[in-house]
Amino acid sequence: MKRALQIVPAVGLVGLLAFVPTFHFGLGKLFPGGLSTPGTLQLLAVCLVFSGVALSYDLLFGFTGLLSFGHALYFAAGASVSAIAVTKWQWSFWEACLITAAVGLALPAVVGWISLRTSGIAFAMVTLAFAQAGGIVVQKDPRGWTGGSDSLSYDYHHVPAAFVGVFNTKNLYWLALAYAVAVFAIVAWAVRSSPGHVLQAIRENERRVEVLGLRTRRYKLLAFVLGSFLATAGGVIYMLAFNGANPGITTPDFTLMLLVMVVLGGTGTLWGPILGGALYWYADQRLVAVGGSHAIQGLPGVLRTPLSQPLFVLGVLFILVVFFLPGGIVGLGARGRAGKRGLRRLEAAMRRTPEVGAGESA
Amino acid sequence: MSTFLLLTITGLGLGAMYFLVASGLSLIYGLMGVLNFAHGAFLTVGAYTTWFAESKLDGISSVTVRFLVSALIGLAAGAAFAALIELVLIRPLYLRHIEQVLVTVGVSLATVALVEGIWGNDARAYTVPGWVRSTTHLGGTSIPNVTWIEIVLAVGVLGGLKTFLRYTRYGLIIRAGVENRAMVTALGIDVRRAFTLVFAIGGLAAALAGVLAGIHFSEVDPARGTSLLIFAFIVVVIGGLGSITGSAVASVVVGLSQQYVNYYSSGIGDLSIVLLLALVLLARPATLAGRTA
Amino acid sequence: MASLLEVRDLHVHLGESHILQGVAFDVPQGGITALLGRNGVGKTTTLRALLGLVPRRGSVRFDGDSIERESTHRIVRRGLGYVPEDRDVFAGLTVEENLKLSVRNGSANNGSARYDLVYELFPELQERARQRAGTLSGGQQQMVAIARALLNRNRLLLIDEPTKGLAPALVADVARLLERIAETETALLVEQNLAVVRRLARSIVVLDQGRVVHTGAAADLEDEALVHQLLGVGHAA
Repeated sequence: MKRALQIVPAVGLVGLLAFVPTFHFGLGKLFPGGLSTPGTLQLLAVCLVFSGVALSYDLLFGFTGLLSFGHALYFAAGASVSAIAVTKWQWSFWEACLITAAVGLALPAVVGWISLRTSGIAFAMVTLAFAQAGGIVVQKDPRGWTGGSDSLSYDYHHVPAAFVGVFNTKNLYWLALAYAVAVFAIVAWAVRSSPGHVLQAIRENERRVEVLGLRTRRYKLLAFVLGSFLATAGGVIYMLAFNGANPGITTPDFTLMLLVMVVLGGTGTLWGPILGGALYWYADQRLVAVGGSHAIQGLPGVLRTPLSQPLFVLGVLFILVVFFLPGGIVGLGARGRAGKRGLRRLEAAMRRTPEVGAGESA
Repeated sequence: MSTFLLLTITGLGLGAMYFLVASGLSLIYGLMGVLNFAHGAFLTVGAYTTWFAESKLDGISSVTVRFLVSALIGLAAGAAFAALIELVLIRPLYLRHIEQVLVTVGVSLATVALVEGIWGNDARAYTVPGWVRSTTHLGGTSIPNVTWIEIVLAVGVLGGLKTFLRYTRYGLIIRAGVENRAMVTALGIDVRRAFTLVFAIGGLAAALAGVLAGIHFSEVDPARGTSLLIFAFIVVVIGGLGSITGSAVASVVVGLSQQYVNYYSSGIGDLSIVLLLALVLLARPATLAGRTA
Repeated sequence: MASLLEVRDLHVHLGESHILQGVAFDVPQGGITALLGRNGVGKTTTLRALLGLVPRRGSVRFDGDSIERESTHRIVRRGLGYVPEDRDVFAGLTVEENLKLSVRNGSANNGSARYDLVYELFPELQERARQRAGTLSGGQQQMVAIARALLNRNRLLLIDEPTKGLAPALVADVARLLERIAETETALLVEQNLAVVRRLARSIVVLDQGRVVHTGAAADLEDEALVHQLLGVGHAA
């Protein structure tokens, strides 16, 4: 019964969101146009993509206690592999999706298997190294496939007609919505499944789980691959949305953005990263417009300049959240404890690195 | 042969810049357990303050003096900014390491965005004395003069730091604190002051790196801090945290490797450095193990 | 006469364990009070809690002042010296530097550090002044650890298992040293070696399962049955 009560509002929300492309009205300055216009729909679509990707990151970060600084790698892989397959190799879109899926499973399996030999900060740095390496490979443009990070795009002829063209932005939107819903459902299921419980136990006290005879590294690898795969899928949709105008997704800076998204929203919760991801993109795109001609322009230069920089506002907001609201924005709600516990648990998981343990005497 | 000489010396120059950033990072992580993502921001603040000061000090006719004064102002700004961040944002989060790391991420984001907002994304350049921009002929090749400056300054900072650590009380406190912070407090010493000091030192060195980078790359740009930071992290990991000498050696290794590999194998130098990081960590995970508090 | 240290209802949680569950005892001025108990019962944790090195709840009064909410360095500056269980000397620093670091300036110290006392007790430390502490033997490190605590004029010494891991000859040396210290200082001593305790301590406090189960004079240790019951060593009556 309780589960049903939780599901109803979620389903309702999804239903509402599904009908957005039919809403022909606008919401003032909140969006670039009416809700059903391509500009707004694209904005919302990318918000949804980031929601999903952020949640895929939190599966590692908040739920399993893995501080990864290289999640952007898989997102970027999704975008670049599919783009290369479609544009450079002239494959069909579905074939491209297949190979992207294969890479989306193989890459994190390999990187994860290697990286999980360490834990804590060392793990963070190793994942960072791999992501950085990936970024460099893209820049170096091997065999002319990638064209450097700026010119990845899909050859229009191979993209399904349903997603081509401005009038079909609503299809893109629905695809993004389906993606976000799928990620939500999968992560929710994963967390509640028995492997999910093992993961949470690992995060609380890995040693105890090991003593029980369970190979913790396998479970962590499972979470790592699942989260990365979901991010890869998001990368494909992102590619569809932008088709050539990719703002720097191959940099480790993007993983830091993911970190901001999940902490702002509320790490260790399901809705937190969803909110954080959407909010991040929204702020990045609309802050200047919404911040308003009159409100902000009226301010003296000293205040106006920083406030018209979305990343500055987000950065400061992020710092404020870390200080005063460790539970993230969802922490403002009744069940504020959840996110705060998320950070505490992560802290505990981080301190548990291989050599420590000798310091525990009674 | 002359190419090799050029590669070696410019490699040392690169290593010098990495050392300047890494030394502060290493001390901060070694003493405080904080992975300081804001270090790049200190660099940016130092670099841009120098540029800004230079543009305002047009009353001074000598290019050299004007640049030197501006650079000193930039260094002071870097140190002050770093100390301020520590006092206001890091100190209140004592022992909450994750939040401290997160806060430094936020600072990095906000600072770069702010700088971009004020000065835009377009690169700015310093006005420097002519000889800085030219080259010296040595062994059949031309070495950019900025390289000499980088090496001399890095060696100077290295010497200064080691002297400070060896002969002053705070140096003693820092050396002990890197080993066992709790025991230092159990001797009645307030380590928090050492924390602020270490941040300030790190900020100063990073700002210096920022100014040098501005000359080296002929432009001051907001993203420089973050890109150098990655290499600094690599140096810190390879060199061992809390160890200034380790950072120095690792900087040289990284700088030289990058130059050699890039030249002799068409550009995978950066990649190899990054993979070296992964290798070191996999072989020696204890390098970044949690500290016995 | 009020005790130098009064501990009431001290609780410490470490992770999920409730290690100290309302510990209460007094340390009188002068001489050695021994803190005893089986392994793992919380003796070291008690010392660390008194110093604020672990989060704690409860009441701790040092010479009448409440210190349970103070930070470690403030507590120590009131005149507490600490000799930790594993010595915790700074391996990378020389013997001289280890000692210099521990010297506190300020009123609690009444002027200069007691180097004469320290070098009289440990002449070897003066010889090895420039040697890195990490290269010292266990016994020598113990000397450094104790010397550190003696350099300042401390009101109370917290000493944690100073004879642990030392050869028998050294144990005797340390015991003699502690005897000498007991003449003029006040100390709370955690020690497993009952022979040492019987010789040095004036009073004892026994912990079991996170609580104090016995306080009394050191003479109580003559009762073998009691010792067996409390500490699980020796013979039952």
